[in-house]
Amino acid sequence: MGANAATLRAAAFAAGLLFLLLVPLGLSRYGVYIMSLWAVMTIAAMGLNLTLGYAGQVSLAQGAFVGIGSYAVAILSTNGMPFIVPLLVAVGLSFAIGWLLGYPALRVQHHYLAFVTLAFSTLVYLVFRNEEWLTKGIYGIMGFKRPTIFGISTATPLAFYYFCLAMLAIATAFLAWIVRSPWGRAFVALRENPVRALSLGVDTRRYTLMAFAIGSAMGGFAGAVYAPLVEFVDPTPFTLALSLNILMMVIVGGSGFFFGPFLGAAIAVLLPEWLRFAHGWYLVIYAAFVMGLLIYSPTGLLGVADRWTANRKTRRASAERAAASASLSPEKP
Amino acid sequence: MAGPILEVRDVRKRFGGITAVDGVSFEVREGEILGIIGPNGCGKSTLFNCILGQLRPTEGRVVLDGQDVTGLRPSEINRRGVSRTFQLLQVFPQLSVRENLILAGQEHKGSMASRLFGKRDAGLTPEADRMIAFFRLGHLADEKAGGLSYGQQKLLDAAMAFMAGPRMVLLDEPAGGVNLTMLGHLEERLRAINAEQGATFVVIEHNMDFVMRLCTRVVVLAEGRKIAEGTPAEVRANQTVIDAYLGH
Ligand SMILES: Nc1ncnc2c1ncn2[C@@H]1O[C@H](COP(=O)(O)OP(=O)(O)O)[C@@H](O)[C@H]1O
Ligand SMILES: [Mg+2]
Repeated sequence: MGANAATLRAAAFAAGLLFLLLVPLGLSRYGVYIMSLWAVMTIAAMGLNLTLGYAGQVSLAQGAFVGIGSYAVAILSTNGMPFIVPLLVAVGLSFAIGWLLGYPALRVQHHYLAFVTLAFSTLVYLVFRNEEWLTKGIYGIMGFKRPTIFGISTATPLAFYYFCLAMLAIATAFLAWIVRSPWGRAFVALRENPVRALSLGVDTRRYTLMAFAIGSAMGGFAGAVYAPLVEFVDPTPFTLALSLNILMMVIVGGSGFFFGPFLGAAIAVLLPEWLRFAHGWYLVIYAAFVMGLLIYSPTGLLGVADRWTANRKTRRASAERAAASASLSPEKP
Repeated sequence: MAGPILEVRDVRKRFGGITAVDGVSFEVREGEILGIIGPNGCGKSTLFNCILGQLRPTEGRVVLDGQDVTGLRPSEINRRGVSRTFQLLQVFPQLSVRENLILAGQEHKGSMASRLFGKRDAGLTPEADRMIAFFRLGHLADEKAGGLSYGQQKLLDAAMAFMAGPRMVLLDEPAGGVNLTMLGHLEERLRAINAEQGATFVVIEHNMDFVMRLCTRVVVLAEGRKIAEGTPAEVRANQTVIDAYLGH
């Protein structure tokens, strides 16, 4: 039973990986770009899934960290640094700023916290737009190259896609390690019952700050890959809308489910493409889909899957109980 | 004999106009089972919260092993070997029974870094399974805590308080809402831990039979004040106590 589920999961994982490796070979330039964008958004959404899904801390600022990562890479790369340096700066800077953004979470929760992070998001956008000496303002930054990794150039769309996929693999392995460590358990405890966690010796303050810092660092990491993907960084993509979009990915995919962001990002990135025929109606259809989904399953797409397996388990258990009691009860005349 | 493990010195707690705890003092001796009784709303839970750092006393001191711990954070007090249960059941419903127990122990060893780089279960699976067996939850180890019956969750709640091998445990109405079988079971487990590990207990309880059987000493509160203290028999015979509480 348990072994079966494990085999099934391994098979699904292998199939998914094969799909991601092979499908872009048959896609247009634009198709490959969309898949790359999916990988980048998945990384950002995984970060928010740690902060929100696992640790229960609302943030409307993940888009701002994607922006911070993008700008860090754009600014430093145009100055001719090898990619690894801007990448580490992007991640480190986002970690530090995310840690600081966690402090309000020690005082306020839920929608108050949402407002604080929303204000932060707006502030960061204003810095991107107005601090021209650093960010070149609305003119944006271009002229930085895609990285060369171990002597292999990632300049072509396909090569860059595989680079994105490798970055996604690193982010996935990193997050899997975090959530399966005692830290992951402490994050869930923080989400489910901070008062009880505190009484069991869990330093909820430190874990709250860590949840923000690590989640934000992953946002910065996504930004560091986003900049060379679009090869032009200006303030427009990093408005509050991006943060809301990433939040949507987490919730639609299934907040607190490890693979939720993969699904959520796929829907948020691919649906607009599939719904092109609908023109202006696209947003209406997307909104209707999301509302319908959340009414049916407040825990998102993976929540639906979870419910199905739980139902199957309950049915199997009651069948087993019925069988057991049938075999125990004496023969009726 | 060594000094008391816990001293509560003139603790007072005000909520706006209400004085929930009004200058309470008592001592807890190593290895004893101290009962705290009193009518509903007389400040028992608030007193626990002041002792354990969930609330900061308006006045007064809390002294643990001769050290002033007033106003320390609950996590710090817990890591000094004092754990608790709450009046309302508090387990982590999405974690399995075993994970609940591992969580209850993991912050007591090593550093933040060792918890990230070390073992996934912080090496606590054997101890968790021992605790699961001790509280007779063996068949439920991998179930999500949220799926357990109320009485089973209550046992788990208590087991979590014992997980890190505490020197002192404060239990807030452990018998509340628990059926007789579970209650007898809980009582027996508490006695065993007290006898075998010398753990000290402070128990808030309404079930008088439970208190009279289990406790070596009882403190009686009424309207935020201590009105009596003594052995169960002494307290039962005390006229003030009868008037304030037992007479009802
Ligand atoms: N956080 C709080 N804010 C305001 N009043 C409170 C708070 N906690 C408890 N009280 C009040 O303090 C008094 C004592 O409550 P409590 O300690 O829960 O009593 P007990 O546990 O003895 O039943 C009650 O009048 C209660 O309403
Ligand atoms: Mg109470």
